[in-house]
Amino acid sequence: MSSTPVATTSSTLLELDAISVRFGGLAALTDVSFSVNPGEIVGLIGPNGAGKTTAFNVACGFVEPTEGSVRLPKSGLTNPQPSQLARAGVARTLQGVGLFENCTVLENVMAGAQSRPGGRFWTSLLGLPHGQKELKAEALSVLDRLGVADYAAQMPTAIPYGIAKRVAVARALIARPSLLLLDEPASGLDEAELDAFAELIRGLRSEMGVLLVEHNMDFVMPLVDRLVVLSFGKVIATGTPSEVRQNPAVIEAYLGVDE
Amino acid sequence: MIANILTNRIVNDIAGGTAQGVIIGLVALCLVLVWRATRVLNFAQGPMAMFVTYIGMTQMDHHANFWVAAAISVAVGFIFSALTEIVIVKPLYHKAEINPIVVMVGMFTLLEAVASAVWTNIPRYPTAPFSSINFQSEGNPTGLSPLSTFQIGAALAIMTLVAILFNYTSLGLKLRASALAPEVSKLLGIRVGRLLTLGWGIAGAVGAVAGVVISLNPGGLAPNMLDAMFILGFIAAAIGGLDSPLGALVSGIVIGVVMQLINDYWNSNYADMVAVVLLVVVLMLRPQGIFTKNSTRRV
Ligand SMILES: Nc1ncnc2c1ncn2[C@@H]1O[C@H](COP(=O)(O)OP(=O)(O)OP(=O)(O)O)[C@@H](O)[C@H]1O
Ligand SMILES: [Mg+2]
Repeated sequence: MSSTPVATTSSTLLELDAISVRFGGLAALTDVSFSVNPGEIVGLIGPNGAGKTTAFNVACGFVEPTEGSVRLPKSGLTNPQPSQLARAGVARTLQGVGLFENCTVLENVMAGAQSRPGGRFWTSLLGLPHGQKELKAEALSVLDRLGVADYAAQMPTAIPYGIAKRVAVARALIARPSLLLLDEPASGLDEAELDAFAELIRGLRSEMGVLLVEHNMDFVMPLVDRLVVLSFGKVIATGTPSEVRQNPAVIEAYLGVDE
Repeated sequence: MIANILTNRIVNDIAGGTAQGVIIGLVALCLVLVWRATRVLNFAQGPMAMFVTYIGMTQMDHHANFWVAAAISVAVGFIFSALTEIVIVKPLYHKAEINPIVVMVGMFTLLEAVASAVWTNIPRYPTAPFSSINFQSEGNPTGLSPLSTFQIGAALAIMTLVAILFNYTSLGLKLRASALAPEVSKLLGIRVGRLLTLGWGIAGAVGAVAGVVISLNPGGLAPNMLDAMFILGFIAAAIGGLDSPLGALVSGIVIGVVMQLINDYWNSNYADMVAVVLLVVVLMLRPQGIFTKNSTRRV
């Protein structure tokens, strides 16, 4: 694994190219570039307020970059709109929970399958309960894969935070994305759950690329192939976990403070 | 014994009040549907329903039967409301400086003026396929007629249909998701824009049913026929919670019954006054329920 930015190929899933974002006088991101390739698990880390979620928001079209561009080379999109992402094979979970509070856990996961081929708008008008059986079964199996199938009938407001985070991951996975963006998916999980969750993400490698924001270093370090470290909106280091761990700038800006 | 109950004055009032109450609930349901979808309080809901009711029911002048006329009203109601969303409301979502409520109040005035010009202010009385003479029990009138039974049945049937649509179909799931969290829904590939239009369309169709049912009341079909109902529907929606279709129905029935009891035991002039007092009390007790939600209207 090299510590220089990976050269973009047509199979690259996501590419942020010299992105800068300013909110008024605040430079949330400055000249940020990185990419994610198929089969790769990339960790995006940095102290609170470093700009990790903003990077996600730019990638999803929620925030327009002041400079630079976002590309999804595989689907040929530049600066995609949020509504284009699902069809381009990108799924994202939000920091916090982000589930539909007026829908059950199962319904939330079913709602994640809307972009798949065959899920056409007008035919879905006829989507009466029995026609939903297959989708329901699939949603249940995805919930099961994440170990939260027992909560299928509950409302999101009635379940623990760690469970809700995993439901959100299930909702992203049912879309069968080729790129998965996870914003702090592991918060609220205990030790045993963390291990199982890391195992699950490793298992996704054969199907997709994963970009992961996470604060828990014990979780991230053994999991990811590559790290991008942000501090005050700038990329201060990239590389494998062991390379990053020895990087003096990182130790000063981040690890030194945190550990 | 049963005859006594069926012809008892209070029971009669409750029955008659329920017949009006479910219609109030229906009007409230329109408001709730539009509110849930787009966070807009549609002040033109009443005139929009009135307008499409005219379009359908005046077909009876051209020998259409009642059911055909009603179906035309409902279909036009759907299309008119969906078009209103596309043409007038959608362009305002991203313009914080123009409040859709103001625009809808303008639409209220416009539609009533046009209706007066086209159909005059003289009420029309569409011939109902049901008698309005109350059922008798052992020679005494009960509180219900075939007509009011039909009105209650139609209103409840529509509400049940809407509840099934929203809670048990994949379309309903998407409608709920888009209304609650449009940004997240877009990320999942849900066509939020179309669904919000559809939400308005459904509200328009429900409004047309309310209009048709109300046009069979003694007041008949007139340009301002839904003004009072709209205020009551608004109160019902506010009391029931703007996000709760069931709350809209229940409080609609309660208001209908209370009004009927005031009419019967006190003075019919006071009924409207009590409605206004209720409105004021609601606005005082739940200003946040109505106005802070305004400020989180989709932008
Ligand atoms: N929409 C916005 N408007 C103004 N400022 C914003 C906005 N979004 C983020 N910011 C600011 O940009 C900076 C980066 O925020 P961001 O949420 O991206 O950080 P983060 O790395 O995700 O932090 P955390 O670890 O706390 O989630 C912060 O100072 C934040 O206050
Ligand atoms: Mg964040």
